[in-house]
Amino acid sequence: MTEPTSTPAERPVGGDAPLLQVRDLHVDFSSGGKPVHAVRGVNFSVYPGQTVAVVGESGSGKSTSAQAVIGLLPGNGKVVGGQVLFDGQDIAHASKKEFVALRGRHIGLVPQDPMSNLNPVWSIGFQIREALEANGLAKGAAAKERAVELLEEAGLGDAARRAKQYPHEFSGGMRQRALIAIGLSSRPRLLIADEPTSALDVTVQRQILDHLDTLTAEMGTAVLLITHDLGLAAERAEHLVVMYKGQVVESGPALEILQRPQHPYTQRLVSAAPSLASRRLESVHRAEVVEHAREHAVEAHERVAGGTHAAVGADTATPNVIEVRNLVKEFHLRGSGLRGETLRAVDDVSFSVRRGTTTAVVGESGSGKSTVAQMVLSLLPVTSGSVLFDGVDLTELDRKQLFEFRRRVQPIFQNPYGSLDPSWSIFRTVEEPLRVHGVGDAKSREARVRDLLEKVSLPASSLRRFPNELSGGQRQRVAIARALALNPEVVVCDEAVSALDVLVQGQILTLLNDLQAELGLTYLFITHDLAVVRQIADDVVVMEKGRLVESATTDEVFESPKQAYTKALLEAIPGGSIRLGA
Amino acid sequence: MGWYIGRRLLQMVPVFFGATLLIYALVFLLPGDPILALFGERPASPAAVAELRERYNLDEPFIVQYLLFIKGIFTLDFGESFSGRPVIEQLAEAFPVTIKLALIALAIEAVFGIAFGFLAGLRRGGLFDSTVLFLSLVVIGIPVFVLGFTAQYLFGVKWGVVDPTVGGDPTFAELLLPGAVLGALSFAYVLRLTRNSVAEALSADHVRTATAKGLGRPRVVTVHVLRNSLIPVVTFLGADLGALMGGALVTEGIFNVPGVGRLLYQAVIRSEGPTVVSVVTVLVLVYLLANLVVDLLYAVLDPRIRYV
Repeated sequence: MTEPTSTPAERPVGGDAPLLQVRDLHVDFSSGGKPVHAVRGVNFSVYPGQTVAVVGESGSGKSTSAQAVIGLLPGNGKVVGGQVLFDGQDIAHASKKEFVALRGRHIGLVPQDPMSNLNPVWSIGFQIREALEANGLAKGAAAKERAVELLEEAGLGDAARRAKQYPHEFSGGMRQRALIAIGLSSRPRLLIADEPTSALDVTVQRQILDHLDTLTAEMGTAVLLITHDLGLAAERAEHLVVMYKGQVVESGPALEILQRPQHPYTQRLVSAAPSLASRRLESVHRAEVVEHAREHAVEAHERVAGGTHAAVGADTATPNVIEVRNLVKEFHLRGSGLRGETLRAVDDVSFSVRRGTTTAVVGESGSGKSTVAQMVLSLLPVTSGSVLFDGVDLTELDRKQLFEFRRRVQPIFQNPYGSLDPSWSIFRTVEEPLRVHGVGDAKSREARVRDLLEKVSLPASSLRRFPNELSGGQRQRVAIARALALNPEVVVCDEAVSALDVLVQGQILTLLNDLQAELGLTYLFITHDLAVVRQIADDVVVMEKGRLVESATTDEVFESPKQAYTKALLEAIPGGSIRLGA
Repeated sequence: MGWYIGRRLLQMVPVFFGATLLIYALVFLLPGDPILALFGERPASPAAVAELRERYNLDEPFIVQYLLFIKGIFTLDFGESFSGRPVIEQLAEAFPVTIKLALIALAIEAVFGIAFGFLAGLRRGGLFDSTVLFLSLVVIGIPVFVLGFTAQYLFGVKWGVVDPTVGGDPTFAELLLPGAVLGALSFAYVLRLTRNSVAEALSADHVRTATAKGLGRPRVVTVHVLRNSLIPVVTFLGADLGALMGGALVTEGIFNVPGVGRLLYQAVIRSEGPTVVSVVTVLVLVYLLANLVVDLLYAVLDPRIRYV
């Protein structure tokens, strides 16, 4: 453990005594009698006007430390040791009344998830006004006026009208701006920003962070930035505090830590940081994988030929396993009156996926990328255009052929917490597709499940376990094993690694890459994260608002993006401009 | 909004016809001949029977009887009971009493249920919470007639606080005790529902954000917790209003309240088709309207719900 070293050089102007000093902080959670030590002896300081980032993966205790500072630990959490000095006063055990006086007025908070952090039943203006009134800054009509000013200041256009609206009428980015307006409404000296943008699209994320930077610099507000994203932390903070399992493993000036990480954990974090420097993961020669995939397809055809689907010969294994042609999807929204509106979620999209390669579909939320995935999986009917799988139009498949198609194309979804049935054991989950498709007998199925778990590097002991006993990364491995059970040719990964911590994300990507080489798989990879694209994809399809913006090989897109939108996406990757250590 | 209400009212038309047809058919299929039952032990002259049959359209086929009944409803002629009283007169007497009774019960369960549930939810696991939860279980467990007779005996007979029975054209004060008995069961449900809803809302992210803004606890729990937790409670109360109107049978019997429950019970015993069908039809309409009001109340409580 490294003590926070604050050399005079990195102290910002105007402050010699730290505004916030956390000394040997210990926080325990009592769950079922046994206390869990979530934070164990954490030290760090924030000087007036300085931005300090606390970085760590989920469960590292970074958010818990911040909650202890502002007295917002969940009911079963408790500060059991150490000091939190705010302006020289220990507030680790402050009374409820003292905290009410501190919160908002002296320490502001910008919370993580803009979707759940605004009260849905009150207008935005009301929620800002309320903060002003509670902190005795304005009342009545003056508070109303001030709320509009604050919204404007947070970068929201048409603020007077917006103040009267409710959270559900705001996009994620706008909600986060409203939350920033609330956090800064009473001009606190310290602002705790707990993952303020991790739920937002990269381009929006960048705008919001830039704006937050400008505001806090103008007001001289110190910022305690909590984030899991090392690149983002380095870009936004002067001082980094790296946490791991409840302890600070390293702290110091941001650039120094990135370029010369001392602690092994930090080193792993830095090397796993998905930055622009990372390359396509290589296993064996790509050409071999493609050849392997072709063989795999031929085998599949032979299997099928004896069965239901004799029309397609073994020699027709096309190089483009999936072809999407002029795909359109329209949704009818309920509008006022008898006629609703039509939303064109996917607008004339065409691309193809070469066998044995990975094609990434990239875009921000609302770009229609997941809708494309669902149509490729034939989970959603197309409005017009077509999806060709192995040269056959999906809309022309009858029930039996569709069943066979499902065997050859399998999905992996984003949320490993939601996509596994919590009341089913891992064995039952992985075995289910085999049972549904009537593969083998009970004994051979069990052998197959064991083999699959081994492939995704899960211990055999997890067979009898349940999803809630596994970590997020392990659950995603189960989802991969389930997808591979039927020996598919194509796997559609819809944001398959987005919910995972960066180190786990790296492991899963490596696993997917190895499996591709071993089994000759073709991936259609849906993601919002360009850094992930660089690591796994051969071809990239960029989508914006339902339209295809750019479609090229990964190298072309990253080295010479043709479209402005693609460039904007690339620039928005946090930490993209920073050279990481070796 | 106008569209929405219009659509909902239109939806009531098929429900109205479906419900009346079903109930009419059930009454029609009841065993026994109502005319013969009317004569009781006395011998019935075939001429008199035939005359009565014609008067009440009992000699027509089922569907004609039904259509005649529907025609009557639209001209506000609900027919008459065998005693010769127009059904509409009976309805006009019974419904105001039951509506009063149901509203008293609803007010009691809403006010006390929400208040106790709110306090219990704020301090989940505390002494107040445990006590209130236990008592609510007891209330749920006791059958309504036991509760009714006990209350009648204690308050009406032993202590003499109120009249043990109510009788014709009751005042609000007279209906308080029956109303409390009627609302007791739902009170327990409202309490438990509010408690859980409040406890859940307390751990919402936006409540934490409200606290972080510097709001004091009283404001956080009233402005940010209570309003959000009322939505499921309002659903329950709305559905319950319908149940209270039709389900007051036992309570009305115990306290001799001349309401809908008693009217319906007597009509069923006497196989008085027109009365049964009329009462139930009105109850169905009240139920549908109560649900419409609940849905509109949603929009008041939750701005995310907009009816278009």
